[in-house]
Amino acid sequence: MPGFFDALSYEFMRNAVLAGLLAAVLCGIVGPFVVVKRLAFLSDGLSHAAFGGMGVCFFLGLDPLLGAMAVALLCALGLGLVDTETIRSYDALIGVFWAVGLAVGIVFIYKTPGYAPNLMTYLFGNILLVSRHDIGVLLGLAVSVFLILALFWKGIVAVAFDEVFARVQGAPVRVLMTLLLTMIALSVVILIQVVGIILVVALLTIPPLIGLMLLKDLRAVLALSTGIGVAITLGGLGLSYAYDLPSGPAIIILGALLLAAVYAGRKLRGGALRSLPALRRE
Amino acid sequence: MADQALVNQTLIAARHVTFGYGSETVVEDVSLEIRPRDFLAIIGPNGGGKTTLVKILLGLLRPWSGEVVWNPPVRPGRMGYVPQFSTFDKGFPLRVADVVQMGRLDRRSLLRPYTKKDRLEVDRVLARLGLTGLAAEHVSEVSGGQLQRVLIARAVVSDPEILFLDEPTASIDAESRETLTGLLEELNRRIPVVVITHDVTGLAPLVRRIACVNRRLVCHEGNELDPHTLEEAYGGPVEMVTHGVAHRVLHRH
Repeated sequence: MPGFFDALSYEFMRNAVLAGLLAAVLCGIVGPFVVVKRLAFLSDGLSHAAFGGMGVCFFLGLDPLLGAMAVALLCALGLGLVDTETIRSYDALIGVFWAVGLAVGIVFIYKTPGYAPNLMTYLFGNILLVSRHDIGVLLGLAVSVFLILALFWKGIVAVAFDEVFARVQGAPVRVLMTLLLTMIALSVVILIQVVGIILVVALLTIPPLIGLMLLKDLRAVLALSTGIGVAITLGGLGLSYAYDLPSGPAIIILGALLLAAVYAGRKLRGGALRSLPALRRE
Repeated sequence: MADQALVNQTLIAARHVTFGYGSETVVEDVSLEIRPRDFLAIIGPNGGGKTTLVKILLGLLRPWSGEVVWNPPVRPGRMGYVPQFSTFDKGFPLRVADVVQMGRLDRRSLLRPYTKKDRLEVDRVLARLGLTGLAAEHVSEVSGGQLQRVLIARAVVSDPEILFLDEPTASIDAESRETLTGLLEELNRRIPVVVITHDVTGLAPLVRRIACVNRRLVCHEGNELDPHTLEEAYGGPVEMVTHGVAHRVLHRH
């Protein structure tokens, strides 16, 4: 794909690649927690809720990225601090965030005077529109996520693995869960820029699913997922450039094909799908 | 004399504890004291509130009414717990040693990585439970009995001041059972042990007291039961309701 590398002389293409790399690192280090802790629905909910913030900010003439960040963080804090014993239906609560966010976003974008932005851009993302300013914000977010995980690694892993036992040991489970949700919220905001609201959940789950199928050590899974994230993001961008495809869907489809290939490869070799929690019900 | 004082001291005291889920009461007006070197077996019918009571004693559940008092050195965060069903997803990418290491999660130093001492303790406990060869195995690859031992290792690796086990003998093979009995005996020389079990006979040489929980609690000194106590605990004529259990619980029937 020599055309792709030539294209890197354009700033928008360099920004797209940088945004893609940041997104890939996040799918790699946050995605495995989303998969093993079964938080895919929650991540999807956060992403749709964030759309409400984007709509409002767009209406007010502010940076939509800011609105997405504010709403995603608020939802994460709300869900983390809510007492799950009193609010039984955590699931339904996420559903409410999801639908209300989407509705609010659409209403505000619809009511914004003048040129109406293409909804498709938000829903399916357009990595080629990421600006240099966006890159700065995204980098800040990515570093925050990385720092949270690095600092609280021991506690977050313990809570992600077994909340009850972490509580027995006197760990501040609710704080740690809220930190995990915050990491997911920040990642979602970054991923929205790359693949759009609707496809965020795919980027958070596909690379970790592949990593979990192949490896059994958490750190190794994070590393491999990051590598796979980089490969499919750059690959998808290349395909998008070469064949004039929408970039977000190209990335996801490439990831899905890779997932299918790895799955088939393991099946053919008789490998058990030992580490695929999302596909297992016990 | 000092020894006598130690025996009389109460480590955990539950007083008139009532708790339930939603609007349904699960344990009612339960009072129970746990003293140093206790070996308490908790028996009772399924759904009778055994696990709930243990979770209250662990400080995981806050009673609706009544109170639980922990006396040093026992306090929440310094108690070992082996749950009945593992509460985690076995697909989580962790090795046996990693899972045991989580027993060394120290809430006072959450920001510090696990230390060399933590790893040494993990190795020691793995060896004690005959799991050294499995240390690098993925948790989903070990058998039920081995997983049970892994959970016990995780519970004792932090040197807890008291150990709670929820049906530890339910799913384990003979070899694991022998290892378990030996370990519990050894631990009980230093700390109290509380075991939820349907199989008192298996642990009979160790058991010092039996608590029958069926919403309410009836405590029984010694390791034998008379049919009357059982009837009270199980809430009906034992022969009719839980004949099989009666046979296993009683020494002379």
